[in-house]
Amino acid sequence: MTAHTVGVAFDPTRTWRLHPQVAVRPEPFGALLYHFGTRKLSFLKNRTILAVVESLDEHPTVASALAAAGVDPDHQAPYLHALSVLVASNMLVRKETP
Amino acid sequence: MTSIAPVPRLVEQFERGLDAPICLTWELTYACNLACVHCLSSSGKRDPRELSTAQCKAVIDELERMGVFYVNIGGGEPTIRPDFWELVDYATEHHVGVKFSTNGVRITPEVADRLAASDYVDVQISLDGATAEVNDAVRGPGSFDMAIRALENLANAGFADAKISVVVTRHNVGQLDDFTALADRYGATLRITRLRPSGRGADVWDELHPTAAQQVELYNWLVAKGDRVLTGDSFFHLAGLGAPGALAGLNMCGAGRVVCLIDPVGDVYACPFAIHDRFLAGNIVSDGSFDNVWKNSALFTQLRQPQSAGACGSCGHYDACRGGCMAAKFFTGLPLDGPDPECVEGYGAPALAAARDKPRPGADHSRGTPIMLTLQRPPAKPCNESPV
Repeated sequence: MTAHTVGVAFDPTRTWRLHPQVAVRPEPFGALLYHFGTRKLSFLKNRTILAVVESLDEHPTVASALAAAGVDPDHQAPYLHALSVLVASNMLVRKETP
Repeated sequence: MTSIAPVPRLVEQFERGLDAPICLTWELTYACNLACVHCLSSSGKRDPRELSTAQCKAVIDELERMGVFYVNIGGGEPTIRPDFWELVDYATEHHVGVKFSTNGVRITPEVADRLAASDYVDVQISLDGATAEVNDAVRGPGSFDMAIRALENLANAGFADAKISVVVTRHNVGQLDDFTALADRYGATLRITRLRPSGRGADVWDELHPTAAQQVELYNWLVAKGDRVLTGDSFFHLAGLGAPGALAGLNMCGAGRVVCLIDPVGDVYACPFAIHDRFLAGNIVSDGSFDNVWKNSALFTQLRQPQSAGACGSCGHYDACRGGCMAAKFFTGLPLDGPDPECVEGYGAPALAAARDKPRPGADHSRGTPIMLTLQRPPAKPCNESPV
């Protein structure tokens, strides 16, 4: 069993990535995420948030990932909230700088 | 769950079905060392047509291709299949996670050590009473001790977060806090599910299912403490007892839409509680593949269409409970387009009181004559026994 760090704060100025034990299954409505460590299932409710989640680790900040996925700067709030929920459930983890 | 733009509710999208199940139940064998009175698959004896090791591996290959994250393996008692551990290893090597349900018979200290070393295997120990008296009346003598021994072995091996899986009955509904305490003692999580009148459960449902007052008690307990408890969304028929969303989870019937059952001989049913020809979608061997059955069977296609509310259409709770569980209706002899037998408005009660023709389960693998319930209700807690 893997020990899970809980209570990690979501800092959008950092680089995040999917937890290595998370599997993604794209669906017409968005995607299903399954975490093999916590055995929790999550839903991404559209394809934009899926694109954001899958590209987070290629961007220095969350804002740049959102911009690259075409999210209007004035409409980032629900996306930031969604990402914070994924951080709280350990679906997303910090990408450590080498 | 994440929430973004105004798209159709997730439940509505799921009701139209997905290209692959989110998870599915796979019963590996009808053989079982126990003979629980409410067994939903009427298990006992092995079926000579059960899938071979090679056929099981082909199913796992297919699940991997379809992107199924994990399978809930059950039975019968799956661990008594000689190739059980081989199949578990094969599944996890092929990125199909395994949760298996067991009565604990094979969870020795050695097996527990091995399970603790894997990140991709989850174990569910079945227990239907927080005391031996309540549990063994349903699951048979010695079954409580066997389950506790398994939980002890898992905890001692460092296996974190095993599940204790409880079918809620009239006799254990008062023990929910005791089950929580038991789970805490072994570092486990409590999972509670609804008693269905499926399999041998049809014979005992009338006397074992929670009373109307107990349903309210159960609902209130779930609302108050349900965030720490898994339910498999099995209590969606109670959703009408409170505000929308008060009950954690999706609370919909996923049968043939996001879940299904593969039985030991490769028959695919709409859900684990529906082993009957009425809910048989096909067979993974005779129909070529599981993928073909999932995507093209007439039954599943029909289940993914909008369903008729029937007699429930005028009820204000229909949006919450969607008419309840089709297996519960079918096996109690009630019409599928009418109220659930445990309808929270009480509409099921007159239907249950009327003459009904209960269908027999599709396949019966019971050994000999079933063990009948003791007529006397066992004490829910040792201290409930009158000392005088």
